[in-house]
Amino acid sequence: MIIAERKPLEEIFGMLAPYGRIAVLGCGTCVTVCMAGGQKEAEELAAAISIKRKKDKQDVAVEAFTIERQCEYEFIDQVAERLKKFDVILSLACGVGVQTLVEHMPELLVLPGLNTKFMGYPTEQGVWAERCLGCGDCVLHMTQGICPITRCAKSLLNGPCGGSSEGKCEISKDTDCAWHLIHDRLSRLNRLDVLKEIQPPKDWSSSHHGGPRTIVREDVRLASGKQS
Amino acid sequence: MLAGSNLEKVINSGHFAVTGELGPPKSADLTQLKEHAEAMRDYVDAFNITDNQTAIVRTSSIGVAGVLIQMGLEPVVQMTVRDRNRIALQSDLLGAVALGVKNVLCLSGDHQKFGNEPGAKGVFDIDSMQLLKAFKDMRDEGKFIGGEKLEAPLQVYLGAVANPFADPFEYRVDRLEKKIAAGASFIQTQCIFDIERFKRWMELVRERGLHKKVAILGGVTPIKSLGAAKYMKNNVSGIIIPDELIERLQGAANKKEEGLKIAIETIQQLKEIEGVAGVHIMAIAWEEVVPEIVERAGLYPRPKL
Repeated sequence: MIIAERKPLEEIFGMLAPYGRIAVLGCGTCVTVCMAGGQKEAEELAAAISIKRKKDKQDVAVEAFTIERQCEYEFIDQVAERLKKFDVILSLACGVGVQTLVEHMPELLVLPGLNTKFMGYPTEQGVWAERCLGCGDCVLHMTQGICPITRCAKSLLNGPCGGSSEGKCEISKDTDCAWHLIHDRLSRLNRLDVLKEIQPPKDWSSSHHGGPRTIVREDVRLASGKQS
Repeated sequence: MLAGSNLEKVINSGHFAVTGELGPPKSADLTQLKEHAEAMRDYVDAFNITDNQTAIVRTSSIGVAGVLIQMGLEPVVQMTVRDRNRIALQSDLLGAVALGVKNVLCLSGDHQKFGNEPGAKGVFDIDSMQLLKAFKDMRDEGKFIGGEKLEAPLQVYLGAVANPFADPFEYRVDRLEKKIAAGASFIQTQCIFDIERFKRWMELVRERGLHKKVAILGGVTPIKSLGAAKYMKNNVSGIIIPDELIERLQGAANKKEEGLKIAIETIQQLKEIEGVAGVHIMAIAWEEVVPEIVERAGLYPRPKL
């Protein structure tokens, strides 16, 4: 899922300073699960904004509410009228949610309350780790389910560099060397020969480097959306 | 002959090769670098020029190589994949060769977080293996990575690095074999302080006969002070400094002389190891001792070929 983190409070207070009527809009999917932008976090943030304004002797009307997903128009429609009452919407969705909201309701002023970090999962309560960069050309079949594009700090494709030491990456003793993990897993499966082949340069055009990506699936498109 | 460089001739003629290393400055004033190069002139067969080593912005390795060529010295241009994509790397190889560069060393490069621009975007479009293979294909097939043909043949002598002190240890020989297949004619290793581990690695290299397919130059760094040794032990990725070596320096009255002795002994041990074809002396910030090391290690005068 998408992992995000709330922006520092001071930054949020600064962005919101000119506005009196504020909606803190939570998102009920990824950012709820990663405890960054669900209803609970929206309410906490709304309270923090109110306290800050009270301390500064400034009026404010803050409401916190949440929709299932900010990245789909049909959920935004459920609160469209309510959103129009505010000067500003502080979205606690990921960057996709913020942009979907703006695209669907261009008349709204929408500000981001989170920093969207990565696609990953919780390795334990309170710890999230990045696992996919969305490169558009998955190599996990060669590396036994460990992504070197994401988990190697240099996105190497031909094994660990000279900075791999005792299973750790040169960038930090807290970061596993992805290629050490891959090596160990291939070794257990008796497949180390995979590492002996020279992998050719990756075609990054399938990733963001090819420009912003769009997927069009004619088989599932509705007739009204198709261009004649 | 692939490029006819002095280094290639020394290696091919079976002499024990000696390469030195020059780190470009954080300015375009190369006065001191030229002095170091001049002092080493007759003592090394070629000079590695580092490529923004430890991700610190410095004069480009190709720029410095051009200056060295004007001085009648032979550079080994280091090229990392950290800061340039395949377009820039292939273009820079052509530019380097046009300047008269004959030796190129392909490597990954230290991660940008270690340098003075930690917010830089790391490029890593291709890896060091793919870089070697790309340069080999440019030379041997006359083709760029994308498949297009070069308009004229290209001559270059290609090298790579190996780190017997990195992990997983057993993989390090596989990686060497892969680098040979990718195009490496010579190898320069990470600094050797743990000679026993290096010997174990060389045993595995010989078991596969790889020492006959590639010239392995052992990396040697003279340690200037106890502080430098401790710093390298704790902060430089991919280097192993045994405790005994730290203790030996600790016990020595003259740390500099002891550091020199250790380096010279290491070279003498390397000369005895079957399959070691030379030494790469990295006297970082202590370039002036290189002639003395070469002389005391019995490697002077250098062959004139």
